[in-house]
Amino acid sequence: MAVEPAIEVTQIALTLKEQLPILQIVVPFVAAPLIVFFGSRSLTWPITFAASAISLWISVALLLQVADGGFISYQIGGWAPPLGIEYRVDAANAYLLVLISAISTVILPYARKSVASEVARRHHTLFYACYLLCFTGLMGVVITGDAFNIFVFVEISSLSTYALIAAGAGRDKRALTAAYDYLIMGTIGATFFVIGIGFLYMATGTLNLADIAERIAEHGGNRTIHAAFAFIIVGMGLKAAIYPMHLWLPAAYTYAPSAVSAFLAATATKAAIYVILRFVFSVFQPDFAFQSLALEFILMPLAVLAMFAASFIAVFQSDLKRMLAYSSVAQIGYMVLGITLLTQTGVTATIVHLFNHGITKAALFMGAGALALRAGSSFYDRIQGMGRTMPLTSAAIVIAGLSLIGVPGTAGFISKFVLVEAALDKGWWLVALLVVFSSLLAVVYVWRVFETLYLNAPAAGTIRQEAPLSMLIPLWIMALATIYFGFDTQLTLGAARTAAEGLLAGTTGMLK
Amino acid sequence: MEITTAIILSMLVPFGATFTNLIFHDRENLRDGLTLGAAIVTFGLVLTILAKNGSATSETLTLFEVFPGVDIAFNVEPLGLLFAVVASGLWILTHIYAIGYMRGNKEKHHARFFACFSFAIASVMGIAFSANMLTLFLFYEFLTISTYPLVAHKGTPEAIRGARTYMSVLMGTSIALLLVAVIWTYSLTGTLDFAKGGILEGRVAGVMVPLLLGFYAFGIGKAALMPFHRWLPAAMVAPTPVSALLHAVAVVKAGVFTMMKVGIYVFGIDFLAETRASEWLMWLAAFSIIAASLVAMTKDNLKARLAYSTVSQLSYITLGVALATSLGVLGGGLHIAMHAMGKITLFMCAGSIYVATHKTNISQMTGLGRVMPITFGAFMIGALSIIGLPPMGGSWSKWLLIMGAADTGQWIMIVVLMVSSLLNIAYLLPVVARGFFLSDPENGGPVREAPLLCWLPPALTAAGTVALFFYAGTIQQFLMPLVAAN
Amino acid sequence: MSWEFIVGHLPYWLFITLMMTGLYIVVAKGNYVKKIVGLNIFQTSVFMLYISIGKITGGTAPIFPLDLEVDPETVYSNPLPHVLILTAIVVGIATTALGLALIVRIREEYGSIEEDVILDIEYRLTQHENAVHGDAMGGRA
Repeated sequence: MAVEPAIEVTQIALTLKEQLPILQIVVPFVAAPLIVFFGSRSLTWPITFAASAISLWISVALLLQVADGGFISYQIGGWAPPLGIEYRVDAANAYLLVLISAISTVILPYARKSVASEVARRHHTLFYACYLLCFTGLMGVVITGDAFNIFVFVEISSLSTYALIAAGAGRDKRALTAAYDYLIMGTIGATFFVIGIGFLYMATGTLNLADIAERIAEHGGNRTIHAAFAFIIVGMGLKAAIYPMHLWLPAAYTYAPSAVSAFLAATATKAAIYVILRFVFSVFQPDFAFQSLALEFILMPLAVLAMFAASFIAVFQSDLKRMLAYSSVAQIGYMVLGITLLTQTGVTATIVHLFNHGITKAALFMGAGALALRAGSSFYDRIQGMGRTMPLTSAAIVIAGLSLIGVPGTAGFISKFVLVEAALDKGWWLVALLVVFSSLLAVVYVWRVFETLYLNAPAAGTIRQEAPLSMLIPLWIMALATIYFGFDTQLTLGAARTAAEGLLAGTTGMLK
Repeated sequence: MEITTAIILSMLVPFGATFTNLIFHDRENLRDGLTLGAAIVTFGLVLTILAKNGSATSETLTLFEVFPGVDIAFNVEPLGLLFAVVASGLWILTHIYAIGYMRGNKEKHHARFFACFSFAIASVMGIAFSANMLTLFLFYEFLTISTYPLVAHKGTPEAIRGARTYMSVLMGTSIALLLVAVIWTYSLTGTLDFAKGGILEGRVAGVMVPLLLGFYAFGIGKAALMPFHRWLPAAMVAPTPVSALLHAVAVVKAGVFTMMKVGIYVFGIDFLAETRASEWLMWLAAFSIIAASLVAMTKDNLKARLAYSTVSQLSYITLGVALATSLGVLGGGLHIAMHAMGKITLFMCAGSIYVATHKTNISQMTGLGRVMPITFGAFMIGALSIIGLPPMGGSWSKWLLIMGAADTGQWIMIVVLMVSSLLNIAYLLPVVARGFFLSDPENGGPVREAPLLCWLPPALTAAGTVALFFYAGTIQQFLMPLVAAN
Repeated sequence: MSWEFIVGHLPYWLFITLMMTGLYIVVAKGNYVKKIVGLNIFQTSVFMLYISIGKITGGTAPIFPLDLEVDPETVYSNPLPHVLILTAIVVGIATTALGLALIVRIREEYGSIEEDVILDIEYRLTQHENAVHGDAMGGRA
């Protein structure tokens, strides 16, 4: 890339189309304070939904522009990088933008009833404002091409996430300590990340990811850069809940309001994984010896451990939401495993699993929330027999559950197939076998839910009524999506391949 | 009608029946009538395909490209068509029988039962017509999932335990082994299509060939190869129509059918013969045949005895593939049809006895033959077919298998097949003998058959085993393309 | 390790000391407010790191003279890290504020801000849940 001198501002975006990257962030970001200023409860939800829907539209438009493997570079305020902040959209992050905004747009109609039942009315405006901020943060993390800007967005999303989790306190006061724990660990993680960025800045004198990549490529690694790598991986690892840095996750997902759990499980850890992908493959280089050793000998065993340990714990849970949370930790293990393979198929597996697991977990958490709405909580002995009283909700949970196992015909199968293929291609036999063996544990914990739902009599004192339509429709959209993406893989696998290609082209991919 | 349309419809019609069952769940006659209609239409569709296509291999119908070079795709070839004809034809009879059984026995949750049943049949059609290993695997798993509620149907702790065993063995083997085998194959060849002569030749060599075959053979848990046979006896807690159609015909045959597909179209018989990769499988199948027969002799519960008999008979088909010779393949293919007809007769008889007398153990059935002559007569004919005596259909497939063994010089296998026949006699005929020739005051009285809908279907299938004896040549001719090129 | 090395890297030693002190407080102290204080110290160490990066030996503050006539001989310190740290400070304050707000709510609900007391209450809650809803592995992780 020709780094243009800052004085010669030639690329001032003028048309709406050229402004899309910044609108992507500005729309939800501005909507959040608007909600609070209006303060009207009747306007809150429509504004939130509109902002999310517009974001979705923008992200689809962006994805279409970069689907062929190109990229869009947007310079904020016309300040060219490396001094200015650059937003850079390529296939990898456009794909993530679509995922996050689509999930948000589907979850919001669901959230309306769910939040109304779980969060006190007087908190609703602030709740949705936080939701939009969290959404903005996640989108920002993904879209920006500036290292420090990533940190800022990470903190925007994290701070609002802490508040969102604490909003579950109306149902269970442990939401507060869960939020507090997450705040402590999340801040440590973000600070580690920013230390890593500091080291990179020290070594390269720039914060623009593409520039950093270029300079590392020119000058090679040194100890400062190694330290930066370690700090960034650990910092983002905390946010992504890579085993054993997942300790905040189960409590947070269990006690947060159901809609929040669904949104976070589907998007938050995914954004962090994306940052790791971006740094591992674009900024540092895949052939960076130190890095591949660290990945193979530290992260890979951790990923495998996550797959087994977290799944094993999930088997013994008695609360559906907590079980899903532990299963998330295990599934993140699969994503990390794909990264550590350091091959194109491996990265494809990670990216496609980001998407597929996102929709699967969103559906499951939404289902859990719908059950909790009628049963009062999502403990197995409360939701048992709900297969008869809430047949539609339960059927959607079954579909999403099968996707979690990775049964063919569902989205989960696609990612598992690619992951095992990647491991076999690389000749990592044992790893391939471990992946399939660990998914046997998924069979056990998912099947426990099925048995609970269908093979027991409904518990006393539960409301025997199907969930409201406004919750059922989003739930079924997600459930049907898991089936659809189990067959039509053009969109998911195709985009993941393009994205992986771009990422693996490493520095050159960033520079074009 | 185009063949491709017929293929799609043959899956959609039973799939649609799933929904009509759920929608009209409280209108018994309409619901059961619609399902019967679906069964007849499905059989008609399969016959249409048979008439149009004969034993050729049809064009491939591609629906989705899932992975590069691997699609969800369907086509017609002789083995699959045979399987489809058997399964859809017997579905009609079983459905009639199931109506009688479920109503006569006052079972609950009819709608759920028939919905899952129809879904299972749709999956079987998918398996039969799949054009590559991925499609087959897809429907293979659908079949496991759709039959799980049927096994757990009674909802008793025993049923739930049985269903758990069923699920964990079938799902476990398919995910942990079959999936690995499939992806391994894909990783080696870049395709999963079923191609004449196999796709693996030249792509894999040495000890990897038997290893890959091992992943397939054990991964196909539905073939009930020992030591992964436990699910089949466990599944016997299901209502008898399920045991009859699914666990004597559809599910287990889907297993051995997959085994044959893998042998013929993924490895290729010549490749197996060349590398001698299937020799260990042959010995294991032989062990399964004998061991399961011996276990069957110890079982007093009639359905359990039949289940072990099925385990043993399934290994005949696996043996047919493992012999890696044309005659063995033909024998195996033929045995799919022959054993299906015979075993469904036996199971339906067991169900009739249960409906009429609520007896499950063989020791309680003394003298019942005089009370239920048609049921016991049908049982005897079915048993003779399983044993392999003329003029029942089972004799031909066993004959071909023995020829196949002789062809490859595996004399021990001939002995195994012979001994197995003797064991069959030892565990099946006593049931008949006890029913007809001994008497028990408790089981006396005038002729008192089960309801018409319960005794008629087994009588028809018993007649079918005799008919198959005379049409075996036609079926063998029909299967010839499987081995013609070799 | 020479004396010059130690003195020459003084900001780093301070950075490491502060960072470890902060982390230690976060981990070792049971009082929720003290943990937040530890977190603050931890973050402050990072501010120091960044600012020390910006310092150039002999450099002056990067401010244009009033007449805008810049002497090409003048060496300026790098202003960028300062700007970044301004943002980071804001983030740090927001975190502290949110943390303290959470602590207020925790105190309302639990009647304590001591970790061992709260863990004890939660342990009993989990015990109760296990008794009612069946055993489960792992309480509050």
